[in-house]
Amino acid sequence: MLSRTADNLYWLARYVERAEYLARILEATQRLTAMPLAYTGETNEWESAVATAGCSAAFFSHHKEANEETVTDFLAFSPSNPSSIRNCFEVARHNARSVRTALTMEMWEAINGTWLELKRFGNKSSSREEFLRFLQWVQGSSLRFDGSAYRTMLRNDAYWFSRLGVYLERADNTARILDVKYHLLLPPQEHVGGPLDYFQWSSILRSVSALTAYHWVYRDSLKPWLVADLLILNEQMPRSLASCYENLVQNLDRIAGAYGRQGPAQRQARTIRTRLQNARMEGIFQQGLHEFIGEFIDDNNRLGAAVNQQYLA
Amino acid sequence: MALITAFDEMKGLDGQVRPAYAALSQWLAEVRPEVLDFRRKEAELLFRRIGITFAVYGEAEATERLIPFDVIPRILAAKEWDTLQRGLEQRVKALNLYLKDIYGKREVLKAGIVPEDLVFQNPVFRPEMNGQKVPHDIYLHIAGIDVVRVDADTFYVLEDNARTPSGVSYMLENREIMLRLFPELFSRHRVAPVENYPDELLATLKSVAPDVASGDPTVVLLTPGVFNSAYYEHSFLADKLGVELVEGGDLFVKGGIVYMRTTQGPKRVDVIYRRIDDDFLDPLSFRPDSALGVAGLMSAYQAGNVTLANAVGTGIADDKAIYSYMPEVLKFYLGEEPILKNVPTWRCREPDHLAYVLDHLEELVVKEVHGSGGYGMLIGPTADKAQIAAFRIRLKLNPRNFIAQPTLALSTCPTCVEAGVAPRHVDLRPFVLTGRDRIRIVPGGLTRVALKQGSLVVNSSQGGGTKDTWVLDR
Amino acid sequence: MRILISHQTVYRYERPPTGVIQTLRLTPRNHDGQYVVGWRIDVSENCHLAPHEDAFGNITHVFSAEGPFDELRVLVEGEVETQDTGGVVRGAVERFPPSLFLRETPLTEVSPAIADFARETKTSDDVLSILHALLTRLHADVAYDESPTLVTTTAAESFALKRGVCQDLTHIFIAASRSLGIPARYIGGHFRRADGVANQEAGHAWAEAFVPDLGWVAFDPANKISATDSHIRVAVGLDYLGAAPVRGTRYGGGSEAMEVAVTVNQSGQQTQS
Repeated sequence: MLSRTADNLYWLARYVERAEYLARILEATQRLTAMPLAYTGETNEWESAVATAGCSAAFFSHHKEANEETVTDFLAFSPSNPSSIRNCFEVARHNARSVRTALTMEMWEAINGTWLELKRFGNKSSSREEFLRFLQWVQGSSLRFDGSAYRTMLRNDAYWFSRLGVYLERADNTARILDVKYHLLLPPQEHVGGPLDYFQWSSILRSVSALTAYHWVYRDSLKPWLVADLLILNEQMPRSLASCYENLVQNLDRIAGAYGRQGPAQRQARTIRTRLQNARMEGIFQQGLHEFIGEFIDDNNRLGAAVNQQYLA
Repeated sequence: MALITAFDEMKGLDGQVRPAYAALSQWLAEVRPEVLDFRRKEAELLFRRIGITFAVYGEAEATERLIPFDVIPRILAAKEWDTLQRGLEQRVKALNLYLKDIYGKREVLKAGIVPEDLVFQNPVFRPEMNGQKVPHDIYLHIAGIDVVRVDADTFYVLEDNARTPSGVSYMLENREIMLRLFPELFSRHRVAPVENYPDELLATLKSVAPDVASGDPTVVLLTPGVFNSAYYEHSFLADKLGVELVEGGDLFVKGGIVYMRTTQGPKRVDVIYRRIDDDFLDPLSFRPDSALGVAGLMSAYQAGNVTLANAVGTGIADDKAIYSYMPEVLKFYLGEEPILKNVPTWRCREPDHLAYVLDHLEELVVKEVHGSGGYGMLIGPTADKAQIAAFRIRLKLNPRNFIAQPTLALSTCPTCVEAGVAPRHVDLRPFVLTGRDRIRIVPGGLTRVALKQGSLVVNSSQGGGTKDTWVLDR
Repeated sequence: MRILISHQTVYRYERPPTGVIQTLRLTPRNHDGQYVVGWRIDVSENCHLAPHEDAFGNITHVFSAEGPFDELRVLVEGEVETQDTGGVVRGAVERFPPSLFLRETPLTEVSPAIADFARETKTSDDVLSILHALLTRLHADVAYDESPTLVTTTAAESFALKRGVCQDLTHIFIAASRSLGIPARYIGGHFRRADGVANQEAGHAWAEAFVPDLGWVAFDPANKISATDSHIRVAVGLDYLGAAPVRGTRYGGGSEAMEVAVTVNQSGQQTQS
């Protein structure tokens, strides 16, 4: 297939995934900030939402203060934030138009329908209720698009490249939450907070839609190190780093198999996956959680560059 | 002055329903207005959902709009189509011979049939194509010939579109939607199918691959990109043809061969169905600032390693300044009388013609020879005094730039309007495909309709709509 | 006169490009006043240099080179024997009737100011005198100045500035001629300077205009002369773009710097064999 087509599919999937992730962060943050201060501590959750979205620098070049109004506007609607939910859908739809022929009718209708509906929501929400409906609609739209891809696309390179986009973006997103919130997830002896952090932990899990999953996996009350384990190493958990890399390796191998040729992207993905498979949380805590996550984000970016170089450029 | 009464394709001039429209007329009498209205809304929803939109120049806000679709089909009898088809084949055959001659031996110029300056000083003549051989001597692979009708027997060619004619996606989608909405109406007619157009197009494109191409040539469709007004059509066609929809950046030239960048490395391209204007095709040969084209494409073309459809420089066949010479041009190459007439045309470059035009501005349509899409023209009978006066000045300043034609009473067809069903003026753009083996025309084409009462302008950029065109099987 | 020419173009890339494609119009042809004794093109990267004739009869070479490389050199050198024909160009390759050269191009668009200038200059009906008058007035009105114009500057822009290089002066000359109904065209080539300075920073440009009964006559507005045996005619076009020595595109890489070095010398000795 055309490199540009693969590139568009890849970014289309990434942007839809990113929109969903932003909606989850905003929803979790709104919930957390609605609680009395005594339960959540003194941190500015809106500021940390911006950090988790990976756009602190851009945000503070537009706004002085991170509060509910400025952050929801910037992350959800702002035209000047290239990664706002609105722009994610705009770009996704633009990419979809450029590769109409590589999409199934269902996928096109899902993304085009989303784009048309986006206009109805306008540039601002009149109330928290309406904003919440918007966020849920975003998540629903992403699910619909992902579902239509899963159910209607031929299982060929087009599908595999779009999956690469989903999993690279997802791994990046999960890692960013961990990067911002790592200090809440340290083992008990280093832990400085108190039981009040419960709401922080549940908020993290909500951001990756894993609150229920946690209880099924660990059958335990919320323990920060188990939250970290779930998000990093647990392959059952669809948004964990380990699961993302299981899928990345699989899809890259399928591409290599179909093309009869493999390259740096395959090798790099396997290396990272092996590292995640062999790691234990104790070891990661010993090495330093923050350093581990920082390294992962860099590795993940490098894989993105390798995929780009090998197939999309 | 009053307009001549137009010929209505359903009721003729005398109000008697013509045979081809018998079933439709009866159906229109039976169908409840709210049903028509409901179907109309349903059709619009379908178009919107599929994303069949077009862009309007100069409107940043509303860059994606729908062309209004009229649900009442326009019907042509088998015999009428038969004449049209023969006329179109004949015309396109002549256009191809003319293009080969213009860029080759120039016999038509030597014979004094077309004035030399109209060719050599015409911006759409491409000096770069001079003496250049194109694969199988075919220049015009895809032509859209605009035809209008003035009475029961007379069709005029209004314009030849020989560059990158668009609209065929509407022909196909209109039919698709009509089949979904009005199955019962189809069951009352025997309508010749158009859905095989993409197959015919692909066969045509493959047939004109250069001789050096492999047995199964690689065809691509080259688009300027999503911001082009016809982008929907490009992606639609690429999809139906099963060929890659490429942008300039997807292609490159190496060693005189065109390749596309794929996830598996470079792949050779043999035939480019290009929907980019000549000017933007190759920054090394034409506009150096073009980011839409492919550097070196012309060198691959000149080396005979790739086919461009249409060829470069075909604008010299559809230029309005050349149009009036077409009947003689056709006779010159084929030795036959044209089956389809030209609209009588005054060439303002000729003093006696100009004098006549200046005397009769109120009754003529005056067109700029390099304008398109209904812009820059004067429709005398509907213009006011000030408009005519202003146009007179423009015309006198640069008469060479204008031609004039009588105001034609374009035929009308029943059309859904606010007040119910009423006659509206229509034209027809059939698509003619020229391959190495033969000429292919699917029965029908794109019918454009002027939705405003009395309006003769059918262009979509100026409020025109479209209709499905039914050619009845005999 | 025997003239030795060497014309080198060097591109230096900030980051190595993945590929380059170029069209070269660097090869002169013979006509009555010019005989090419020897000529060669050398490109620093491996590539296939296939000669081709363009629509105007110029010899072109298109080559594509695969990167990465930090630098690309295109060198042409050769020897040409010339004769002074009083500016009249006969025996050149002609692919079009003269009337083709009345076409306007974006670079030679006739602005109202140029049209006025041309009209004022036309003091007789004799085409040759008109052209000589144009040459003289243009030389007087528009100063030779390298600073304000670029290769993309149009005749109208340069004429408004009243400054330009040989390319601009030639464009104005062409636009003015055409506005008077005199076919005119752009010539790219080389010029041997009478002052003996051999090293030049670029090639030269002048115009040819069509004079009834005489044919094409070459006028060099930068030097205010008809072409002589010091002019080596390389390429002809409707404007600079049609006769440009190099037109190219580069894939990938950062910015590039281009350097042109031309030397035009009278042959030290004439040898006969």
